[in-house]
Amino acid sequence: MAVVLTMIAGGILFAVLGNDPLVAIRTIFWDPLFGEFAFYYRPQLLVKGAPLILIAIGLSLGFRAGIWNIGAEGQYIVGAICGAAVGLAFYPLQSVFVFPLMVLSGALGGMAWAMVPALLKVRFGTNEILVSLMLVYVAENLLAAMALGPLRNPDGMGFPGSRNLAQYESADSWIAEAAGLHWGVVAAVLAAICAHLLLKRHILGFQIRLTGQSRRAARFAGVRPNALVLFCLGLSGALAGLAGLFEVAGPSGQISIDFNSGYGFTAIIVAFLGRLHPLGIVLGGLLLALTYIGGEIAQSQLGLPAAAIQAFQGMLLFFLLGVDVLTNYRIRIGRTETA
Amino acid sequence: MDLSAIDPQILVASLMVASTPILLAALGELVVERSGVLNLGVEGMMITGAICGFAIAVETGSPALGFLAAMAGSALLSLVFGVLTQIFLSNQVATGLALTLFGLGLSALLGQGYVGIKPPPTTDLNFGPLRDIPVLGPILFQHDAVVYLSLILVAGVWAVLKFTRAGLVLRAVGENHDAAHALGYKVVRIRLLAIMFGGALAGLGGAYLSLVRVPQWTEGMTAGAGWIALAIVVFASWKAPRILLGAYLFGGVTVLQLNLQAAGVAIPVEYLSMSPYLITILVLVIISSDRSRVALNAPASLGRTFHASS
Repeated sequence: MAVVLTMIAGGILFAVLGNDPLVAIRTIFWDPLFGEFAFYYRPQLLVKGAPLILIAIGLSLGFRAGIWNIGAEGQYIVGAICGAAVGLAFYPLQSVFVFPLMVLSGALGGMAWAMVPALLKVRFGTNEILVSLMLVYVAENLLAAMALGPLRNPDGMGFPGSRNLAQYESADSWIAEAAGLHWGVVAAVLAAICAHLLLKRHILGFQIRLTGQSRRAARFAGVRPNALVLFCLGLSGALAGLAGLFEVAGPSGQISIDFNSGYGFTAIIVAFLGRLHPLGIVLGGLLLALTYIGGEIAQSQLGLPAAAIQAFQGMLLFFLLGVDVLTNYRIRIGRTETA
Repeated sequence: MDLSAIDPQILVASLMVASTPILLAALGELVVERSGVLNLGVEGMMITGAICGFAIAVETGSPALGFLAAMAGSALLSLVFGVLTQIFLSNQVATGLALTLFGLGLSALLGQGYVGIKPPPTTDLNFGPLRDIPVLGPILFQHDAVVYLSLILVAGVWAVLKFTRAGLVLRAVGENHDAAHALGYKVVRIRLLAIMFGGALAGLGGAYLSLVRVPQWTEGMTAGAGWIALAIVVFASWKAPRILLGAYLFGGVTVLQLNLQAAGVAIPVEYLSMSPYLITILVLVIISSDRSRVALNAPASLGRTFHASS
């Protein structure tokens, strides 16, 4: 329902910008799937959807428990830097162990970055929202420093940016590039399944849901809130780090100054769109991946500005939260008695 | 490296300019949080204000109109947040995040045609001979009206919250909305007004950034200033005069690291640019490590949804 409302509001927005709203909506939502060049765009859906799903799954666990990690963008960047650094350290050694090592260090890097707000929250009661967000800006600067400094391609003739990992066979995350399949897609599917099992079948999942609904009741039920904070932030950081690593070792290929593309923030929308439910998040991730791709097509074909799609995504979240009132409350027309 | 190139007098003067956007935004958010609403959309409102103000100032040639438009634009945007959280009862944290994401997208969209343009200059207030007093002149009497307005607003907010009936009602709503409702105050209406006030000030701060401080328009130019403003509210323990202290402290750090960059200190620029964010974290840690203080000063109903029937 929120999606339909967003389409209508988005149509109005596009009309204001001077485009035919129907054509714009069709370009964004229909053409990537069934249009003339769909054979090219469909694999892209997996490429863009995988990091979104991976990050959103991690975030949703925390959101359920009322632990707000909104610095996924930073963890994504740091995961990519750590993973790429390990990969580059082994260059040009060819070995089957390089890629697993990169995956491990990417996850650890993201986790370490998320552990900063987690530990501060546990130890000093610092607000995790603000700290995790501040660390995004720190990570962005760190990324620039790395792309210009230690990780710069020695054969790159002084241009910023690292070696291209996609051309370094042992560090390449593609399984089948033409189909859009890389290890990140596999990881995203696995993460969704595991998260679903965790929430449904495991005591930890129960504790997460309980804490979200009533913190006090959770305390009586023997939930240790600090351990939960560490777990949720650490896990979501690790998943975001993984997403960054898969991105840098595949679709993006190298560490560059503007490597990050806002996946960490869009994933917040994905998490809510999927109602914080793992399977819903998979669908939500694919839908937003669609808007990314559709946005690119609309940009090249209709001359729509790139930012339009960002505003569009923000609007989606607004409507989503707005219509939640219909799910949570029953609306009665006409006020009768208030006793 | 030449540290003597940093002139302390200019440093203090530019500190005031650098702090003003954060000061305004933090002051607005203070009022919002005192009414019991946590609006995490400050960043989104600031950047919307930045582009609204910039666009109008360029089109009309008048910075004053630009500032007004920025306030109106951001207040309107904050009203979206207000309607969602107060009337549709949505989660304040999630809605605030949505506001930021939406604001960033919207501003980039509106700002398409304005990249690389210079805005009309904002003139300094003329204090006549006061300008030429040796040290004090450049520091105190060579700024534009918004800097002074921000200082007056700090005093104003402080006085209103502390001494007037309206301030008392606002604080009552923030401390215990059920009690305030029982006394007959319109909780939702008061909160909506507070949210709009916060939006307007955030917009003014954003416009100050794009019209005076930088001055030009680039996408995502607020670069976390809105989030720092949120941190300053915590730092200030929800008290207006301390907002001033906090904002000037952060402005000082920003200006100092910029000056160090210019002076060619042997630290890469990227690491220096991190410093304001790292210091924000550090300050947050120090403040929040004293739990009892935060618990005593934070408005008791902060972030809680109010519904009249419950």
